[in-house]
Amino acid sequence: MDIIWQGLLKAIQLLFSGDPEVMQITLLSLEVSGTATLLSLLIGLPVGSLLALGKFRSRGFWLSLVNTGMALPPVVVGLAVSLFLWRSGPLGDLQLMYTPSAIIIAQTIIAAPVVTGLTSAALQQLNPRLRLQLLGLGASRWQMVLLLWKEARLPLLAALMAGFGSVISEVGASMMVGGNLRGQTRVLTTAIVLETGMGEFATAIALSVLLLALAFLVNLALTWIQQRE
Amino acid sequence: MTNPLLEVKDLVIRRGGAKILAVPYLAVGEGEVLAVIGPNGAGKSILLLAMARLLKPDEGQILLRGQAVTRGGDLDYRRHIALVLQEPLLLNDSVFNNLAVGLRLHGLPRDEVERRVKTWLERLGISHLARRQARTLSGGEAQRTSLGRAFALRPDLLLLDEPFSALDTPTRQALLEDLQKLLAETHQTAVFITHDLDEALMLGQRVAVLLAGDLRQVGEPGEVFTAPSDSEVAAFVGVETILAGRVTGEVDGLVQVSLNGRRAEAVGHAPAGRAVYLCLRPEDITLWPAGEVPVSSARNRLQGRITRLTPQGALVRVTVDCGFPVVALVTRSSAREMDLQPGKEVTASFKASAAHLILR
Repeated sequence: MDIIWQGLLKAIQLLFSGDPEVMQITLLSLEVSGTATLLSLLIGLPVGSLLALGKFRSRGFWLSLVNTGMALPPVVVGLAVSLFLWRSGPLGDLQLMYTPSAIIIAQTIIAAPVVTGLTSAALQQLNPRLRLQLLGLGASRWQMVLLLWKEARLPLLAALMAGFGSVISEVGASMMVGGNLRGQTRVLTTAIVLETGMGEFATAIALSVLLLALAFLVNLALTWIQQRE
Repeated sequence: MTNPLLEVKDLVIRRGGAKILAVPYLAVGEGEVLAVIGPNGAGKSILLLAMARLLKPDEGQILLRGQAVTRGGDLDYRRHIALVLQEPLLLNDSVFNNLAVGLRLHGLPRDEVERRVKTWLERLGISHLARRQARTLSGGEAQRTSLGRAFALRPDLLLLDEPFSALDTPTRQALLEDLQKLLAETHQTAVFITHDLDEALMLGQRVAVLLAGDLRQVGEPGEVFTAPSDSEVAAFVGVETILAGRVTGEVDGLVQVSLNGRRAEAVGHAPAGRAVYLCLRPEDITLWPAGEVPVSSARNRLQGRITRLTPQGALVRVTVDCGFPVVALVTRSSAREMDLQPGKEVTASFKASAAHLILR
């Protein structure tokens, strides 16, 4: 009980003192996961739209693949990325291993299926006759897609948030390809693992509170937008 | 027809190897409203989607003012038409923005968009709903918005797929009358799909009958309904006496109609001076030999001469010329008893409650 209580007190101290290392870790987490989410959006939005609106025979297969991808274990992704970025691997010359870029790559691979799958679901939920109606008013295919995106803006926003949520909280891939290097690739999740292992519960609790706060704020924003509509 | 706006030539659509629509030729004239009627599953919606180039036919072509629409010209063609479907399919936005959608898709300048939207909000009686979110509208209001959205485009061709069938009767009737007025005022060319004969009669200058994917008959309503091309069309149409007349007044809840100099009464409401169709089903007409006083409560009695007898199993279809053709259905035995023959003078009577009025 004492550990917990002491830990909580020290955590509050750390948070309010604006500890520079804690701030740096938090900002890096946001940068890395934010970038990965954005990249997964650039991939997921068009691919998800194609899967939802396109008519091709292998559509079912690709949808299943995407849905499976949504449940990819982060450690497996970490392993796959490591194999490629390792010094002796095919992309070893890029020297990306143990850099924030490596974490971004791994997190993009984790988030992309999530954003793709949820984008596809969001568009499939729209009345299929709406496409006909828009085309029947003179919309080009591209104009129709833009209008459908606008129409599905809330579930698409939710897809984006789900993508972010899947990477801000993952630890396996970040640890494996990032290496948890202090000041360079240490993010919130990997830092929590480290501090807990060393018995530094105050720091671990402070970092956990920040991680929870981030997740909460993101969800708060989404809920606020949804309720406004 | 000289210079039709739209022509459908040799159109064939197949699904799973079977032919589900076959239209050898169908034309729509400039400023004309063509009503396409048929039972559910006849292929009317498929025909409409093919006309909108939203469904690729297996064979055949669509011509706009004589020019065949090719694959590459689809978008350009679709910018000459506007589609109104059974469900309003509005966007999650204000009524104003929904009316503006088509105009913005066409790239019209902002002030023109605003002008046209305001005009059509007013013409459809929904100005007070401009700022309202579309999802809060009633069925009738939503369908008015959908109509406004299409009319605002001033399309060369307006395509309507049973736009009112999902609405309750009073709302449907009000919208039909408004649409009738708007089509007349704007001289809008339109193709109107319906399974309801009354709607077809109200709106269509010509009627096309589609049964089981086949175009069976095209012509003016009177022609199609009084001279159906075959028994299946006759069975679908069911109404064979359609008389054009004008209301002279209303007495005791009965509308007085003048039909080519003859008078008839019908149950219903219509203002004096209004042009109407008076419709009768053949089984509602009773024939009496001339000179005999009909023993019935039927208020309408027309003298005429039999022009044709057509046997139909146990029944006989009798066409009587009362100054206009009236078709009655009698049993074979009755026909024998009354010695019905072409040239014979008879009295055709029908109840005011059997006469069905449609505003022209």
